[in-house]
Amino acid sequence: MTQSLQTRIDAALAAIGAASTLEALDAERVAVVGKSGFVTDQLKQLGKLPAEDRKVAGEQINIAKNSVLEAIQVRRAVLEEAAFETRLSGERVDVTLPGRDSDRANLHPVTRAMERICEIFARLGYDRVDGPEIEDDWHNFEALNFAPDHPARTMHDTFWFPDGRLLRTHTSPVQIRGMSQRKPPIRIIAPGKVYRSDSDQTHSPMFHQVEGLLIDETSSFADLKGTLAAFVRSFFERDFEMRLRPSFFPFTEPSAEMDIGWSTENGETRWLEVLGCGMVHPNVLRNCGIDPERFSGFAFGLGVDRFAMLRYGAEDLRAFFENDLRFLRQFA
Amino acid sequence: MKLSENWLRELVEIPVGRVELAHRLTMSGLEVEDIQILGQGLDGVFVAEIVAAEKHPDADKLRVCKVDIGRGQPLQIVCGAPNARVGLKAPLATVGARIGEITIKPAKLRGIESNGMLCSGRELGFDNDADGLMELPADAPVGETLAGFLSLPDAIIEIGLTPNRSDCLGMHGVAREVAAEFGVVARIPEIPAQPATHADSLDVQLASPQDCPRYCGRLLRGINARAASPQWLKERLRRFGIRSISAVVDVTAYVMIETGQPMHAFDASTLVGPVRVRRASKGESLKLLDERMVDLDEGFLVIADSSKAVALAGIMGGHETRVTEATTDVFLEAAYFAPSSISGRARRLGLHTDASHRFERGVDPTLPRQAIERATALLIGIAGGSAGPVVEAVCAEHLPSRTAVPLRRARLQRILGVAIADTEVGRILESLDMQVSKTAEGWIAVPPSARFDIVIEEDLIEEVARIHGYERIPVQAPRGEITPAAIPENRVAIAALRLQLAARGYAEAISYAFVAADLLKAWGIDESAITLANPLSAELAVMRTSLLPGLVSALDANRKRQQSRVRLFECGRSYHAGESTPIEVERLAGVAVGDAGLEQWGEPCRPIDFFDLKGDVESLIRLTGSAAEEFRFEAGAPAWLHPGRSATIWRGTQRVGYLGALNPRLQKTLDLDADVFVFELEVAVLVQRHVPVAAKLSRFPSVRRDISIVLADDVPYAEVEATIRRAIPERLVEIVLFDRFTGPHLGKGVKSLAMGLILQDGSRTLTDQDADNCVNLAVSALATGCKAKLRGQDGADEG
Repeated sequence: MTQSLQTRIDAALAAIGAASTLEALDAERVAVVGKSGFVTDQLKQLGKLPAEDRKVAGEQINIAKNSVLEAIQVRRAVLEEAAFETRLSGERVDVTLPGRDSDRANLHPVTRAMERICEIFARLGYDRVDGPEIEDDWHNFEALNFAPDHPARTMHDTFWFPDGRLLRTHTSPVQIRGMSQRKPPIRIIAPGKVYRSDSDQTHSPMFHQVEGLLIDETSSFADLKGTLAAFVRSFFERDFEMRLRPSFFPFTEPSAEMDIGWSTENGETRWLEVLGCGMVHPNVLRNCGIDPERFSGFAFGLGVDRFAMLRYGAEDLRAFFENDLRFLRQFA
Repeated sequence: MKLSENWLRELVEIPVGRVELAHRLTMSGLEVEDIQILGQGLDGVFVAEIVAAEKHPDADKLRVCKVDIGRGQPLQIVCGAPNARVGLKAPLATVGARIGEITIKPAKLRGIESNGMLCSGRELGFDNDADGLMELPADAPVGETLAGFLSLPDAIIEIGLTPNRSDCLGMHGVAREVAAEFGVVARIPEIPAQPATHADSLDVQLASPQDCPRYCGRLLRGINARAASPQWLKERLRRFGIRSISAVVDVTAYVMIETGQPMHAFDASTLVGPVRVRRASKGESLKLLDERMVDLDEGFLVIADSSKAVALAGIMGGHETRVTEATTDVFLEAAYFAPSSISGRARRLGLHTDASHRFERGVDPTLPRQAIERATALLIGIAGGSAGPVVEAVCAEHLPSRTAVPLRRARLQRILGVAIADTEVGRILESLDMQVSKTAEGWIAVPPSARFDIVIEEDLIEEVARIHGYERIPVQAPRGEITPAAIPENRVAIAALRLQLAARGYAEAISYAFVAADLLKAWGIDESAITLANPLSAELAVMRTSLLPGLVSALDANRKRQQSRVRLFECGRSYHAGESTPIEVERLAGVAVGDAGLEQWGEPCRPIDFFDLKGDVESLIRLTGSAAEEFRFEAGAPAWLHPGRSATIWRGTQRVGYLGALNPRLQKTLDLDADVFVFELEVAVLVQRHVPVAAKLSRFPSVRRDISIVLADDVPYAEVEATIRRAIPERLVEIVLFDRFTGPHLGKGVKSLAMGLILQDGSRTLTDQDADNCVNLAVSALATGCKAKLRGQDGADEG
């Protein structure tokens, strides 16, 4: 290698090492290996050398060229990294600032509880069905074995219309419709609004029930107990003490009410009534064209609002229907 | 139904304590709702007699009494009660007794020593009577403990009795039930017949024997109607919440709580026989004991004498024939009235009485004579007098008869899901006073006369299960086959609609289905409204015909609670009068007020407008996966919406609903302080969708051509879009409207629209020429169809 080449290479390496911008670095690259860079020049000059010198000189020039290219690559990496550093250090956001368009609301607690209840029974094979809220006496009472003027009717404070129709006092009329339209085996669940002319902290003139009905050739009171126990465990995700105690509904026999043992904060257990149930009364089966000798089944009606209150710790039923956003937003 | 624990324990040997008793009652179907304990902490309280009472020398209202409690010298007690007088017997709390929170100590009152405290009923926790000392009867034994004298302590057990268990509406019935529950025998006292000592009586005629097939009466002469009931009787009545009135009234009430048989007593001097039990006639009226006049008709059963109705049978006696202090001759009544003849009648008159409550549910038809005998013995014992013969009118064919009910062993096991041993089943049925015989298949049981609720096999099954114990029936999973129903995918699930609105910031509300008539009227949507016959209040009187009035009211209430930005939605029904049956329509409605978005540091606030709501509605429509043109928004909507900022939404020929700003007039009527936007959709129309069918994707690139047109402002955008679609039926994939403006430089009533047309072909790459052709087709169609020109032509501003 000629002295002058070496000197110029050394100078180039120094300049590369000192280049502080990618532009400066590129200028250096052009000066060395660009179209008219001095190394390119040297290579062009090779042809003028005597043949025996060319090989050695060529090798030397290439080594020199590679050393420069390598240095450029190293320096470029350093500069690029530095450029990233500079850019990134200038691109900071306050990640604690609120995001955009985050508005989101939620379902009503009663809907939440209702969906949860229906989901559990759907897994047990119950179809979801529906019925009218403005009912006639037949479906709400008579077909369910409430004779006219039966004292059991007084347990249902009924809203009447002038034409003798009524607002259903329970979801049980859907049993009648379901059994009249389907053939056993039947597994149906009927969620919906029901109405009683009563209003205080634990009674609302409108509330929600889910009616369940199972009719087949084998079902028994023991199955009813098993179904309800499985449901309560699934709904509350807890094991509860529960008890069925004898009660009376004209449309079931035997009839029962279910209490669950609710632990209070001071460690006491209070029995809370959560649903009514029983084996479907043979008269009701007959009213729907089902042979009670061949088929039997059970029905239950549970107060969704009550389950929502227990599940979510709400104490005043009326708050469910006041639609105060501060209340509703808690159930996200 | 209240009952006294002490009395119950007299009637039946109960092997367990109070807590367990209450549990067992509840678990056998007599749900214990409350237990009130009476007379606890009466240690050191005695029956005392005031033997001397003098005015306190230094206090006008105090008296210095000498009080005898049967132990040596009378005690000196200073007392402020106004009724403290010589001869009065009253409870005395002696030194050391604890009354409530106070321990009685010797004390000096205004300088005079007092060694105990004479007590009022309230101080002892009996009642609220704090006016004076509790007055004990003159024959109360001085020196006896008050608790002993009053049979205390006792517990009042309140039972929530179901309507089928009328047999437990008397102490004897409860005792029988408890005996069955514990497998013991109740000690129901025999009621001896009271011999007649005179021959006078009133004839009884059963004019309507199907309503009243048995009526017992008895004439008692010469009784002292002023005689006071003895303490034990008053005390027992008090525990059932019945106030002592007079010996006659008290005795009839007592026999009812004891046996379950309601009774009535007439002043015999006001009756002109014969006594007839008949249906009332239309136009007949009667003044009841509570002095209320009631108008009757053939639906009511009355007791009448020869001239007029004197009592409303099974409900309440008449005022004119009532027993007064002047009464000397009493005609006692105990009858069996058929439940169907009494049911609902009291309610029709706005009444509910102990008698009607029992007769509606069914009273043991064998009781009337026993009740008469029992009342005779009690009343003569208290008020003297002499009894005539018992008159009994019976029509046997109309008396309820208990028929034999078969119970099959296999059916019992099938229904309960558990086998119960034959011996246990037999024992249970017999313990319930049934006449039981065995058959090859199981049993036949005749229920006792008091049980109106045992008619079919299932009734017996319940009895067996109840006494055996519901808790002893196993818990098992149903074994039946589960066949999942088809899940309809051609409808959007309502749950998905709900979640979509929640995701867009709408909180779910649930409002009452009934609203004020005035509210619907204010909205002008009261035409098909159905009115309740018996609403709770005028505010909840009419079934809603739309969810919006309720939702807007809720929105307003929230505004008034400092919520400036409100989004609410509700999914529920509206109700409308129909031709033959009412129509219920499932609807989804939303209301919004306030800023478009949440207040945010980086985005300017702006008030919500029509297109925010439309975006929310379109997000629901998108869930159906329908082609955009399937739904149409047409200007104009009902009068409750702003005429220029509202739309009716159509899906083909079906109306989906409405959307827009509330009409400012309505806003003013409703006193709303900001512009409110609303939508309401019919769920059934909205949710229809097709199960998606995957299409083959084009392998060829799409191209986009932008066009910018000017046209009259009153041409709806939808028409522009439809025109383009018709013009390029195959290659147009999508139209993007990316700009719209109006301005003075365009001219009045003119707007500019800028749209991107996305073009694609399924079989080849579109050339520039192809794309140009498409654009030209669109432009010329727009020129003819919408009178639109390309911007830049005819000197239109290049903007």
